[in-house]
Amino acid sequence: MKRVYAREEVCAGCKLCEVHCIVAHSEYPKDIVKAFKKGIRPVARVIVEENRPVSFALQCRHCDDAPCTKACITGAMHRDPETGVVVNEEERCVGCWTCILACPFGAIKRDETGRKVASKCDLCSKNDGVPACVAHCPNEALVFEERN
Amino acid sequence: MSLDYTTPQFIIERNRDRCIDCRVCVNQCANEAHIYDEEEGRVVSDDSRCVDCHRCVVLCPTRALSVRKYPLEYKEHGTWTARDINAIYKQAATGGILLTGMGTDRNYRIYWDHLLLNASQVTNPSIDPLREPMELKTFLGRKPESLVIENGRLAEKLPPQLELEVPVMFSAMSFGSISLNAHKSLARAAEEMGTYFNTGEGGLHRELYRYGQNTIVQVASGRFGVHQDYLNAGAAIEIKIGQGAKPGIGGHLPGEKVGTEVSLTRMIPRGSDAISPAPHHDIYSIEDLRQLIFSLKEATNYEKPVSVKIAAVHNVAAIASGIARAGADIIAIDGFRAGTGATPLRTRDNVGIPIELALAAVDSRLREEGIRNQVSLVIGGTIRNSADIVKAIALGADAVYIGTSALIALGCHMCQQCFTGKCNWGIATQDPNLVKRLNPDIGARRAANLLRAWAHEIKELLGGMGINALESLRGNRLMLRGINLTTKELEILGVKHAGE
Amino acid sequence: MNYVIIGNSAAAIGAVEGIRQVDRQGRITIISDEPYHTYSRPLISYWLAGKVAEDRMVYRDRNFYENNNVNPLLGVKAEKIDFEGKKVILAGGADAPYDKLLIATGGKPIVPPLEGLNKQGVFSFLKFDDVKEIKKAVSAGSKKAVIIGAGLIGLKAAEALVKIGVEVTVVELANRVLPAILDEQAAAMVQDYLGKYGMKFKLNNTVARVLGDSAVTGVVLQDGTEIPCEMLVVAIGVQPNTDLVKDTDIRVNRGIVVNEKMETSIPNVYAAGDVAEGFDIVYGASRVLPLLPNAYQQGEAAGRNMAGAETAFAGGLAMNAIGFGDLPMLTAGIIKPDSEEYEVLAKAEPETASYRKVVLRDGCIVGYICLNRVDRAGIMTGLLKDKIDVTPFKDRLLSYDFGYVDFPEEFRKSRLSGGVA
Repeated sequence: MKRVYAREEVCAGCKLCEVHCIVAHSEYPKDIVKAFKKGIRPVARVIVEENRPVSFALQCRHCDDAPCTKACITGAMHRDPETGVVVNEEERCVGCWTCILACPFGAIKRDETGRKVASKCDLCSKNDGVPACVAHCPNEALVFEERN
Repeated sequence: MSLDYTTPQFIIERNRDRCIDCRVCVNQCANEAHIYDEEEGRVVSDDSRCVDCHRCVVLCPTRALSVRKYPLEYKEHGTWTARDINAIYKQAATGGILLTGMGTDRNYRIYWDHLLLNASQVTNPSIDPLREPMELKTFLGRKPESLVIENGRLAEKLPPQLELEVPVMFSAMSFGSISLNAHKSLARAAEEMGTYFNTGEGGLHRELYRYGQNTIVQVASGRFGVHQDYLNAGAAIEIKIGQGAKPGIGGHLPGEKVGTEVSLTRMIPRGSDAISPAPHHDIYSIEDLRQLIFSLKEATNYEKPVSVKIAAVHNVAAIASGIARAGADIIAIDGFRAGTGATPLRTRDNVGIPIELALAAVDSRLREEGIRNQVSLVIGGTIRNSADIVKAIALGADAVYIGTSALIALGCHMCQQCFTGKCNWGIATQDPNLVKRLNPDIGARRAANLLRAWAHEIKELLGGMGINALESLRGNRLMLRGINLTTKELEILGVKHAGE
Repeated sequence: MNYVIIGNSAAAIGAVEGIRQVDRQGRITIISDEPYHTYSRPLISYWLAGKVAEDRMVYRDRNFYENNNVNPLLGVKAEKIDFEGKKVILAGGADAPYDKLLIATGGKPIVPPLEGLNKQGVFSFLKFDDVKEIKKAVSAGSKKAVIIGAGLIGLKAAEALVKIGVEVTVVELANRVLPAILDEQAAAMVQDYLGKYGMKFKLNNTVARVLGDSAVTGVVLQDGTEIPCEMLVVAIGVQPNTDLVKDTDIRVNRGIVVNEKMETSIPNVYAAGDVAEGFDIVYGASRVLPLLPNAYQQGEAAGRNMAGAETAFAGGLAMNAIGFGDLPMLTAGIIKPDSEEYEVLAKAEPETASYRKVVLRDGCIVGYICLNRVDRAGIMTGLLKDKIDVTPFKDRLLSYDFGYVDFPEEFRKSRLSGGVA
């Protein structure tokens, strides 16, 4: 399946991926200003790690054998059998953080903005096409592609 | 601390209705003009640090930012402008010479804008380049006095030539003055478009040896990075005598830009200043130059053309004649508006002559002396678009060098702060935090696109003149007419006034 | 192929999913004495606290059995296994023949040697029915509870009871709360937090006597303290529920002994989850690890093997995510080493109840505690599981922003760009 990969050698560390991730998962996915200024602002599901000069964006790797799905105590964290995307069904998530304990990439975040759920990259599967972080990376430091 | 009397040059305008305090501007400004105020939870700006490079404006996801000239009025004065006054403040504070980057920003006459091209009407019909073949191929190098042809083939071997698919090359910009990613971008674009990039005097990074077939390796007064493999790696060798942005002076790459890779490439200790002397200390005459030219030819088995690059100065025609006679295959002339990474302000703005006049003078002189065939002429220094190129070819150039245009294609926004090493676009910097902002994949694509676009335009303009090969335009000054020029200027340019 | 699974929780569901990865056709029967659609056991405390409604207790969708072509026999007790005849004898005399059998009967509460535990008002805290009983008692007016055991179950029970207005005293034999997953320093911070939340603690102590005639009226502790209460929750821990295989030939140690394919000593019979002894990668030996992620993974491995795809269970480890109010904690492996061969890194910020401790052996992480600042702790779990020598970035482990950026470049890139776990 296609996944997002970072090319750290050209990551400018601008964190626009985080900004656009927030927008894509907000109540106003088409209006960046409203996404930030109105309603509840979600947490970014992509993490920019930085220790200058090294920087790169990291998000859920959508593991074939995803440990988070096996560790999930409610069954909320699951792998979509059609797309292979690992998604968290937030309505069923109780925020126990067992997935955070299990994820070897540290790619799952705590979203406690008004609720308490695990938040992670869904490859923008609610939208279509290229994930927002990839589409908005100004330096092509994120690629969305199939690798073996 | 005493007052330094300077005032901000720019003002950063932040549309608070649109700013989302995402801090992209903060993390992208190497000059720290944007600051996140933790206490207030918002981004604020320090105008005095802004250099107007536009990095924040371009990256701001909500288009909340703009930069304007600082709205400060100096009392009107016919002689003393803000520019003059601020220069004095700066020098009174530091006691040092003023440094700057890029080409002169003074309003000198740009002759390209006073030259107009011809087009065919009725007779000698124009050509549609989308329907008919159009040749831009250019060979640079010494051409024989005559050709001996036997059985339809050349009987004698031609001197070595550079073969260009488009008459545009990337001019000398050293690794050191610009980043490795910038070099990579240009090298890859040159390869893709069938032309050449020039190492400048900083040597060739080992990762770029594979682009050798599209590389002109430069030998300058500091001899940085020059060795046998380097000379043989390129398709041609260029001896740099001078450059348009700083004729008569050498170069200085400060030690802080000499990191591991620059150090290895230049073959100098890490952190040491790389100082190129003003003259080549082994060249005090045309005869000395001839020795170096032939040393280099000897070192490369006479397989590569040797170019000599000079700045356009007062006696440029006579100097070019001497260079041709010294055995150079190509003469590169750099006009006084040419760019650079760092130059003393007064030199940049006051030394040298315009490239258009220099080109016309040199081409005329070499023709008069009957040695025009012995050398190819490459000119640079404010080639801004394809029309400038067509005019240059008509004035007598074989090809042009572009530096500033190429860097603008890579993202340069002409803030003229190259010498600070804080290029926010990852071009004129060695700071690894900044260098990676220039993705060489994107850089190569954009630089190649620029050449592709210009090639299309050149073909259009040629077609309009009823010419189907660039060769037929070369030195064809009848295709040019001057406007708003004095008789003397027209005489030097060798063109008629419009209407004539 | 006829698969029979005894049990309906994480290991059983893991087995169904494991089987279905390999065999879409075979017939699967699930037998459970509980009458519920598969539900999440850890959610019982959330249900009791009113945080999760009954319809959200399900561990898999309502159409899980149908989608996976499973025949669920719910509310039906498996009485006996006839290994010779390859069938499970059900309560009422019917039987379920199998080609492959999985025993996933889970755990049962450890009951202390204490008289009076048969009185009204004494509860376990393991199954949905347990909390339903508790809720009934609270609704009927019970206001005070004593909980025996300050482990994961005991404290989750205590948290839920406090939430619904019950006065709770927790009695713990050890010197600290959560003794299995926290050291003294972390436990003190957690206890402090829980104290503010409204729980009372009696440490280094236990219940000696249960007071009351038919119903509990109070307890007397070992030190003589008397605590009046209407509810007594026994939450000392769980033990493998091996009742079904008692007096059979199947090899049982503490739990049912299995090999890495989750096979028991009897052909075609597998065991997984809290009833089995799986391999623990930290201890380097098999032992019972009664944890949901472990149960699921054992079940999945068992299922794949039952369906014929040879799959080794990679091994589990003790790891727990638990939280009270807004104080989360994640722990894994050895958290309180007892010998010189371990190196311990730790930092504590009591004012924010933040604590991080990493235990190393031979340069590799073998355990950690993250209290409050738990983000990205899983990176350490990954390093622990893969036995990565962390010496090059050891000094960064305690940093709250420890991440992949701290790894050596090659290692980072191979983990991020190459094969995905």
